[in-house]
Amino acid sequence: MRYIPHTAGDVAEMLERIGVDSLEDLFIEVPGSVRLKRPLDLSESVSETELLRELKALAANNATPETHKSFLGGGAYHHFIPAVIDLLISRSEFYTAYTPYQPEISQGTLQAIFEFQSLICQLTGMDAANASMYDGASACAEAVLMAVRLTRRKRVLLSRALNPRYRAVVATYCRYLSLELVDVAVADDGRTDLNDLKTRLDDATAAVVVGYPNYFGVIEDVATLAKISHEAGARMVTAVAEPVALGLLKSPGDLGADIVVGEGQSFGLPLAFGGPYVGFFAVRQKDVRAMPGRLVGETTDLEGQRGFVLTLATREQHIRREKATSNICSNQGLCALMATIFLSLLGKQGLREMAEQNLAKAAYARQQLSGLKDFSLVFSAPAFNEFVVRSRVPVAAVLSRLEEAGILAGIPLAEDYPELADCFLVCVTEQNQREEIDALISALQGDAV
Amino acid sequence: MEFPEELKYTEEHEWVLVEDELAVIGITDFAQDALGDVVFVELPEVGTVLEAGKAFGVVESVKAVSDIYAPISGTVEEINDDLVEAPEIINTSPYEDGWMIKIRMADVSDADALMDAEAYQALIEEES
Repeated sequence: MRYIPHTAGDVAEMLERIGVDSLEDLFIEVPGSVRLKRPLDLSESVSETELLRELKALAANNATPETHKSFLGGGAYHHFIPAVIDLLISRSEFYTAYTPYQPEISQGTLQAIFEFQSLICQLTGMDAANASMYDGASACAEAVLMAVRLTRRKRVLLSRALNPRYRAVVATYCRYLSLELVDVAVADDGRTDLNDLKTRLDDATAAVVVGYPNYFGVIEDVATLAKISHEAGARMVTAVAEPVALGLLKSPGDLGADIVVGEGQSFGLPLAFGGPYVGFFAVRQKDVRAMPGRLVGETTDLEGQRGFVLTLATREQHIRREKATSNICSNQGLCALMATIFLSLLGKQGLREMAEQNLAKAAYARQQLSGLKDFSLVFSAPAFNEFVVRSRVPVAAVLSRLEEAGILAGIPLAEDYPELADCFLVCVTEQNQREEIDALISALQGDAV
Repeated sequence: MEFPEELKYTEEHEWVLVEDELAVIGITDFAQDALGDVVFVELPEVGTVLEAGKAFGVVESVKAVSDIYAPISGTVEEINDDLVEAPEIINTSPYEDGWMIKIRMADVSDADALMDAEAYQALIEEES
């Protein structure tokens, strides 16, 4: 679908039809006191050459995985992006600010979304996935709301090991909904504390939400968490911030999760300073009518040919506004397409190999780190490509010294976890070569001397 | 189209069968015919307190989604679970197998205010 701006003729025709003389008259209701009566205070125009030089100089101030050896994760991951993704999404049929859903003109777009949904179902082990959400955190918040709708209960338990950004977005979504959000403690091994969970669960609990892997990179025991949650009649919500892990791990669906949400950035989307990303949302068949968001279904047309249409649209606000499952009436079409192309290129085996590389490199880094005098590993439970490191030297000093050496060594945990003020979170992906990991270790070692 | 004499009717096209303090509620033959093939029914939980005139459930057909309104106030005693798996029963048997909920009426005399079969039939003839 192409973007065609209004011509001066279009504007004149529209103004005439509604009986207004000028565009200015449309703003007549805005009081003069709040209207700007002078041109915007902008600098003189510059040539394209000058402008590019200025923008490049500004961009050169950024620290990125291209300028630094980066070991940052925490919900945004540095992975390989095949060049073909950019090429394919740049086709004009896909590259539009708006996702067209009309089946008469949009079979390509609808099929791409359908493939995305199918891939997410395979990945999560669930029955139905929607056309995508804004990002992992908002998908997590929508999962909480869905569990509240399904159970008609008001209490939600969030593991403290769930990504703090996800917890913040859940709190924002729930602020005016008179829901009770309760933290569940983290056990010594880095997983959600099962005993604490049992004491906090009750018959008013709608959902238990955990990360998989969690914020500390640790693999939660979803099967046991789901069993405990189900005994209290609560839904098990699993939030996957690093879905590459699902290339190796047993799927949350197989382990008993009721709703699986997550972030798709790892699948071919650039870090891009935090967005746009793409959330995914998958449910069991029995709950599909309570799911938020768009859903594309496969059908046959009058001639018996395979075709794709939006389905179960009565969940959405353009049909039943006040009873819609959510106010999301769109999806992250282009980002979902990127993830679809990425997963199609890798295939099941490719994703598994990618996950194995992440696991092996992170394990190598852990092993090297554990030999350092001033640093130690904090959690003992199995981890994927992230892990928490405790430092005897103040964390801020270590991180800034390594940054000067061109290494972004990790994310300090003090702000989100005061009890881990002497710790930082390290991420190792397939993009970190062995020399980079060795450079990180020897730079850290420099502190110990 | 049938409109059994023993039932009471509403302007929103629900029917009510009064059995002492209980009332069985469903949608009329006219309503199911207007909606077309019913594909989904959402019913309240047992124990829900209903207020006359307020929506208590949803019927979705291939043509439309409609709220179903409580003809009288009361508390839900029983729901027709069969409709969850086989909502098309509403099309094939709107007055018998397609019943939706059974409520304990807050005030038995409320049912007296509803239309009888003759008045309802006059209403739909006027509407169509």
